[in-house]
Amino acid sequence: MPKIVGYTNRLSVRPGESIDFKVSCEEGAAEYDAEILRLICGDDSPHGAGFKAHSVAGSINGRYPGRKQRVNAGSFGYVAQGVPIENHAQFVVGLSAYPTWREEKSEQTLIAARAVDRPGQPGWAMTLDAEGRLRFEISDGRVTSSATLSRPVPARNWSRLLATIDWSAGEIRLEQVGKIAETRATAKLSVDRSALAAAPLTIAAELVEIGGERLFTRNHFDGKIASPGLWWRDGGDRSAPEGTYAVWDFSIGIDTQKIRVRFGNGHDGILVNLPTRGVRGPIWRGKHQRWSDSADDYDAIHFHCDDLHDMQWETDFSWTIPADLPSGIYAARITCAGNGEDFVPFFVLPAKDAKKAPVAFLASTFTFLAYANSHHGYEDPLSEVCYGALLELGPTEMFLKERRDFGISLYDRHRDGSGGVYSSWHRPILNMRPKRALWNFNADLHVIDWLTAAGQTFDVITDDVLHAEGESLLRDYRCIITGSHPEYHSTQMLDAFEDYLQKRGRLMYLGGNGFYWKIATHPDLPGVIEVRRGEAGTRCYELPPGERFHSFTGEPGGLWRSLGRAPQALVGVGFVAEGFDANSYFIRTEQSFDPRAAFIFEGIGADEKIGDFGVLGGAAGYELDASDPALGTPAHALVLARSVEHSNTYLLTPEELLAGFPGQDAIENPKVRAELVYFETGNDGAVFSTGSITWAASLCHNGYDNNVARITGNVLRRFLDPRPL
Amino acid sequence: MYEIDPTRLDLAEEFRQKPYGRHSAELQRVLNRMRSEPFEGHYVLIREGRFGPYRLGRFGPSPADPIDFTGHVFASAREAEWTVFKLRWQKLTGRELPLD
Repeated sequence: MPKIVGYTNRLSVRPGESIDFKVSCEEGAAEYDAEILRLICGDDSPHGAGFKAHSVAGSINGRYPGRKQRVNAGSFGYVAQGVPIENHAQFVVGLSAYPTWREEKSEQTLIAARAVDRPGQPGWAMTLDAEGRLRFEISDGRVTSSATLSRPVPARNWSRLLATIDWSAGEIRLEQVGKIAETRATAKLSVDRSALAAAPLTIAAELVEIGGERLFTRNHFDGKIASPGLWWRDGGDRSAPEGTYAVWDFSIGIDTQKIRVRFGNGHDGILVNLPTRGVRGPIWRGKHQRWSDSADDYDAIHFHCDDLHDMQWETDFSWTIPADLPSGIYAARITCAGNGEDFVPFFVLPAKDAKKAPVAFLASTFTFLAYANSHHGYEDPLSEVCYGALLELGPTEMFLKERRDFGISLYDRHRDGSGGVYSSWHRPILNMRPKRALWNFNADLHVIDWLTAAGQTFDVITDDVLHAEGESLLRDYRCIITGSHPEYHSTQMLDAFEDYLQKRGRLMYLGGNGFYWKIATHPDLPGVIEVRRGEAGTRCYELPPGERFHSFTGEPGGLWRSLGRAPQALVGVGFVAEGFDANSYFIRTEQSFDPRAAFIFEGIGADEKIGDFGVLGGAAGYELDASDPALGTPAHALVLARSVEHSNTYLLTPEELLAGFPGQDAIENPKVRAELVYFETGNDGAVFSTGSITWAASLCHNGYDNNVARITGNVLRRFLDPRPL
Repeated sequence: MYEIDPTRLDLAEEFRQKPYGRHSAELQRVLNRMRSEPFEGHYVLIREGRFGPYRLGRFGPSPADPIDFTGHVFASAREAEWTVFKLRWQKLTGRELPLD
């Protein structure tokens, strides 16, 4: 289990800018050491290229006091000032709830206001008890009164829940009204109203501690809440005067992290830990599929006990990037007693006004975020069928299994079964590390290793900066190289690529399953991405109908292919199949002998197997892309090579099928293959695509002397040559 | 539901020789049946170090529940595949696999 972990406040940084490091010694080490490394290769596997890193002289290198930093996962609404309860005969608390727990769990708080800083914590709370029954509790700090319904509130249905605290009658009345059942209960009320005072109000959790800027909570509710409110009445009959303290309307500001009152002034609040917005409310009937078309249908928020935005750890040290630090992938290596070690990666871009290297490696920071701290590889019972190998949990996975409070990925389901749609880098991302599985970050270091071994000068740029700055980030480079799996992109990023390729830009897409899912970001939430998976694609869950538009932007989510911008149109190939048990190789096609492609195959024999080697067993593997003119592969694109001999576990992706029928594996279906593709773009730009995730893992084979490295090097050399193609 | 023929020792031998990669269609059916066991009780390898050893375990009722270790320890995942194949063969056919 990791003994020490850390994260930074940003992933991308330029010389002159500062980056903060936050560290937690999970087993209580009193001190730890930190050292900045430039990462070259993270592949420490027995037959890999080896772990390679250079120490960087940095002012922050040294010993630091250790501490375990706290985490508060689980989302909730928070109204800091609370709502004062006035001297009326009745006080009414009400909301609509859609519980989604799948099994009995401990108490879940729907709405509460207790003074956590006063003896006895006077206040009140509407909760579901461990059996899922509605309960209301009120206390003056000495005496507590409560009422509980006899039956559970129905799961996965909307119910209106009301608690009336009737001071004049001396009783608490509870009601649950919904389609499935109605229940009521009454209990004696004996608390001293004068001892109550306004306390911070929470929705979907109960506050237990305020620590400076940080809030600590418990009893998180899993499910949706709509229209919570507090009212007063001055008598029991319908003609009695009545009024509203506050009613929060979650249809207001769906693209924000604020909760606003429709009635009652001064009681706006905030959301903590990114509950899901843009979800179906009680009146949604399918007429509208996009929240921005009818916000009233989307007046609900889905809270989860394992939502997480920002761990808010204290900063241990900050580093201002020196002006002469070369662009690259770096990490703070932090170590503590007992062989505790973690690498906290960050990406140093060149200064905006610096002379650029001829080529830039584009780090897939949004894809790293999408997979951050993923649990899906073992929580889905069908994973073993997909992988074609026994499920395996290493120390990191076991740590994450125990520590759900480190948040989930965009591949995981929350504890209640709903899909995760937001991911943040404000937490340790334990699968974005060297010396881990050869997947995403660590697999991409193979490209860095190869560039370094080749003596090629290069810069590193990132998804998040590309999203922010667009084509201006790319235009200074003759060539852009991607990692092994650049899967997640925003509209702005695709626009930037298209623009770049029409302005002499040359792109080497050294991966598979790229440019696949659309993501969105929010200007108020740096370091967070959102995905809304719909009814197409290879995916771990499907969001409910009506919830497939990004809450951050209102844009439709899903596959870029489903949205009319298939990867085949951008890079010539798009995702067709995946499998994980064994990898394979490519053979050349007739088109590889086209004179336009001669430079690519210099030194390559006509009958050579391409990539029948490598630390992952073959250059064609894991996730495969192929050309498809119907989806936009340019007519003049050359399909240079195709992969062959994939195993039974390589299956066609669902979006390639209009109906289920037999024969969709690599044994029977010739569409299950990767393709190497090359084509020229406007104004002498060009694209070279490998269509395979494991291509990069073969680069280092035989001391970088192999046909995968040769082809990649041939392309890079020519792409850096300004002469027309 | 596909039922494994306990007399098809040739399929078990094929798996032992090559646990990963292309298999015969019939062996793939056997593997699909074995590997699609429900979450609770599903076999899983716990890798203790960077590259092993591997302890065999079984999941509890939900992902949040602890893993129950069987006592098997392996130097490699490949070695574990054969042991789990034999365990599943016995469970699904009711017969012990008469191969080492």
